[in-house]
Amino acid sequence: MVVRARVQRSSYYDSVALLQAQQALRELPGVEEAGVVMATPANLELLRQAGLWVQELEGAGPDDLVVSVRAVDATAADAALGQLEAFLSRRQTASGAAYRPRTVRAAAQQLGGANLAVVSVPGRFAAAVAEEALREGLHVMVFSDNVPLEDEVRLKALAAERGLLCMGPDCGTALLAGAGLGFANRVRRGPVGIVAASGTGLQEVACRIHRAGGGVSSAVGTGGRDLSERVGGQTFALALAALAEDPTTQVVVLLSKPPSPRVAARLVGMARACGKPVVVNFLGAEPAESAGSVHFTATLQEAADLALRLCGLEPPEDGALQIRAGLSPGQRWVRGLFVGGTLCAEAQVVLCERLGRIWSNAPVCPDAALPMGARSREHTALDLGADEFTVGRLHPMLDPSGRHLRLLQEAEDPEVAAVLLDVVLGDGVHPDPASELVGAVRAAQDRLRPAGREVVFLASVCGTDLDPQGYAVQVATLRDAGVWVASSNAQAARAAAEVAWAAGGAMAPARLPRLEVAEQTVPLPPVPEGVRRLLGGGLRVVNVGLSVFEDSLRRQGVPVASVDWRPPAGGDAEMMELLSRLGG
Amino acid sequence: MDIEAANQRAVQRMLEAQPVLVGVARALDVIPGMRADLVLHAGPPIPWERMSGPLQGAVIGALLYEGLARDEQEAVRLASSGGVRFEPCHDHATVGPMAGVTTASMMVYVVENRTHGNRAYSNFNEGYGRVLRYGAYGPDVLERLRHLNERVAPAIGRALEHMGGLDLKALIARQLTMGDEGHNRNVAGSALFARALAPHLVRVGLDPDTLHETLRYLADNDLAVLNPVMAACKATADAAHGIEGSTVVTCMARNGTEFGIRVSGLGPQWFTGPAPTPRGLYFPGFREEDANPDIGDSTITETVGIGAFAMAAAPAIVRFVGGTPQDATAATLEMYEITLAENPAFGIPALDFRGTPTGIDVRKVVRTGIPPRINTGIAHREPGVGQIGAGLVRPPLEPFQQAVRALAERLRP
Repeated sequence: MVVRARVQRSSYYDSVALLQAQQALRELPGVEEAGVVMATPANLELLRQAGLWVQELEGAGPDDLVVSVRAVDATAADAALGQLEAFLSRRQTASGAAYRPRTVRAAAQQLGGANLAVVSVPGRFAAAVAEEALREGLHVMVFSDNVPLEDEVRLKALAAERGLLCMGPDCGTALLAGAGLGFANRVRRGPVGIVAASGTGLQEVACRIHRAGGGVSSAVGTGGRDLSERVGGQTFALALAALAEDPTTQVVVLLSKPPSPRVAARLVGMARACGKPVVVNFLGAEPAESAGSVHFTATLQEAADLALRLCGLEPPEDGALQIRAGLSPGQRWVRGLFVGGTLCAEAQVVLCERLGRIWSNAPVCPDAALPMGARSREHTALDLGADEFTVGRLHPMLDPSGRHLRLLQEAEDPEVAAVLLDVVLGDGVHPDPASELVGAVRAAQDRLRPAGREVVFLASVCGTDLDPQGYAVQVATLRDAGVWVASSNAQAARAAAEVAWAAGGAMAPARLPRLEVAEQTVPLPPVPEGVRRLLGGGLRVVNVGLSVFEDSLRRQGVPVASVDWRPPAGGDAEMMELLSRLGG
Repeated sequence: MDIEAANQRAVQRMLEAQPVLVGVARALDVIPGMRADLVLHAGPPIPWERMSGPLQGAVIGALLYEGLARDEQEAVRLASSGGVRFEPCHDHATVGPMAGVTTASMMVYVVENRTHGNRAYSNFNEGYGRVLRYGAYGPDVLERLRHLNERVAPAIGRALEHMGGLDLKALIARQLTMGDEGHNRNVAGSALFARALAPHLVRVGLDPDTLHETLRYLADNDLAVLNPVMAACKATADAAHGIEGSTVVTCMARNGTEFGIRVSGLGPQWFTGPAPTPRGLYFPGFREEDANPDIGDSTITETVGIGAFAMAAAPAIVRFVGGTPQDATAATLEMYEITLAENPAFGIPALDFRGTPTGIDVRKVVRTGIPPRINTGIAHREPGVGQIGAGLVRPPLEPFQQAVRALAERLRP
């Protein structure tokens, strides 16, 4: 067995391209393991752990591409290294485009009439790219996370000054005039407008509305920190005002985790002034008293159902799942393993109402924080998309292997009664997440069988029949493996709670914090012409970063130009600092 | 200091320049600061010891031509002992292709920028084969040079006077619509040049032999217009130089050892890095090992947005780098990424007459990591062998990084 590695200085590839190349290398004859990564400290550590470390990798930095291969002999290893270039350049040649622009400006020029930039470069570079786009007069959606808060404040101020919409940073998804951006579901157009500070919250509500026969006019993502004290709900307010004016929107849904009270008061005040019925879900807070045209809800499902009713549509009938489980004595805990952060929060809200405290790495209940790296205890719900689980690897929506390991671990715990799961469909995520998940479920079942033990697996699917994976197909795949599939995430959590409750898993009751909202009205901000036009349709996108988003937009018929992005000044920190001083 | 405003001003001056070829004169009489013991050369400053083969050869030839030395040994002694001084052409409003060696008695084209009043100069193109600009200095080379300077150059000068000057901006605009990019390919431009001169040459009282030799020179030399075009570019670039705060490149040049740039807001200072060896096609019998590192002031064309920057206008020459017409278009599109403006006077047919990318911003070069593209002839590393190929070269990024450093230092509040 030999390990061979190579460092390619100052090369940038997006993480999906690297993952694909890595996969292709692994499949070569004689190759046992391969790593193709940008040489961040975390990734180098991963290589070390995977037995892919060699001395040559010493000194490689975050802007260097590293490839390392473990193979049966040197010939196989070298052959694999030699193939990397071909795997990495595969899509460039396939795209056939004559010139791949290197800056937002050049891409916008190539496309003509560009109105939005989707930015998914590594976080430390994202603000500069977003600023370039705003200065070019483009609205932006910043998918990247790990962008400093002061940059977010600055970008949103710049957007306001220029009459542009700044979605994100850390905006996972949006639907603009029928086109899905980022991790996007295919959702029918219709009368419900959504503003969301949470990605999977937006997806869950939009998909449920679609599945009930409704549709979405536009769904604006704001990024998770928009409603913080510092940012002050700048994007949220603008999006609310735009949907209030949008003639195709009849009902507005506002989704967020509990905001700062001052910001919440302001937004609810605007909601009162907006002239349309508004459904509010501050997930994780006890709902405030509904009054007039503003309705507060406890869960995403409630928010979606109320929006449907306000449009004159009937929400789907959710008969409670009749779960027959042969649990052994002592099996009483629920363990939730989520790829969607907001779905994890919603599950906690539902579970804790029935079962008491739910431990989590992203806790909703008071005093329920699970320390980093800790094993689950009692009832636990984990957000596997949180930073601590994604360092050095892709988001679990793309790479399900992390959840698989955890699922086996939870199922083998003799006190666990139910494992609660989410499956998120759409563009930009795994092409067949249900089959992947079923593989892990079956593996767990195989291990439990000799012990004569059963665990209840429950799931919901966040998606639509129009999504590439197909809602019905994914549900059927899960059911075939004995997974109980509920019609919503909240419903699945409710069923899990019943299973645990019946098994004696109820704990001391936990109360969610209550968010009081004063009864004032606050005038809506003016809507710039450019924002009005953006929601009206005719999206033309400059994509900077992940190429899966470009592919997704193309499949939806949205014109896209992609920037062949590289770190500025080749990642040279001194030069970057000097350039910023020179305004370049 | 407002960099954007300074750059806008610099680029505006580049775009507004109106270079006109007004005549021909002796270097000593017109080039500012010219002296009998001064040898001008291409590229950034360089002492004799560090000069590459072709440049040393050209210096030897020029010293023999000027009668400052009687033979090669004496010329080398003179050059290496400080008996003559070496300065860049660029420091004297002058440009020269390849070695660019220009001395007191040589005849030069005089180009005047009618908008801003500044002038620029360039020597006469000797044509192909064994020539001084590639470092050849045998008796045949010097004889040919003498003939060019004493017979052809004055004839062309008289024709120019007779016609009242030739608008080079219009000529360049036209050649770009005829498959030239103005640096490596000047076939159309030279034909236009000859066509413009011919009716006047026959009217200025030349004896039939001189007339014939002059027309023959123009007919045989596809590069005849390169030198006046370079002077036009120099007059254009100089108009944009010296604007405090500007990050626009106003000169790129190579001396066969180093590549150097100057920047509008950084005065006379050069920023240099090693001259790269071009990538391209070699004439039969020659290979890359024979090539000298890049040399010549002809990159003044790219500096003002033609040459490789206008590659989309000249698909015929992308074969030099094994490319396709699509690559030619991509080359120009890439240069828009590092420039500040498009020159409406120089429309490129293949790009729907989009103007050439003009005004290189050192900040953009460093930020994108895209070095300017340069089309170039390739000189043999031994003096006097001549051109052995042509191709494409990318200069090193270091000079651009140094300039960014210097600008940040200078503009520190």
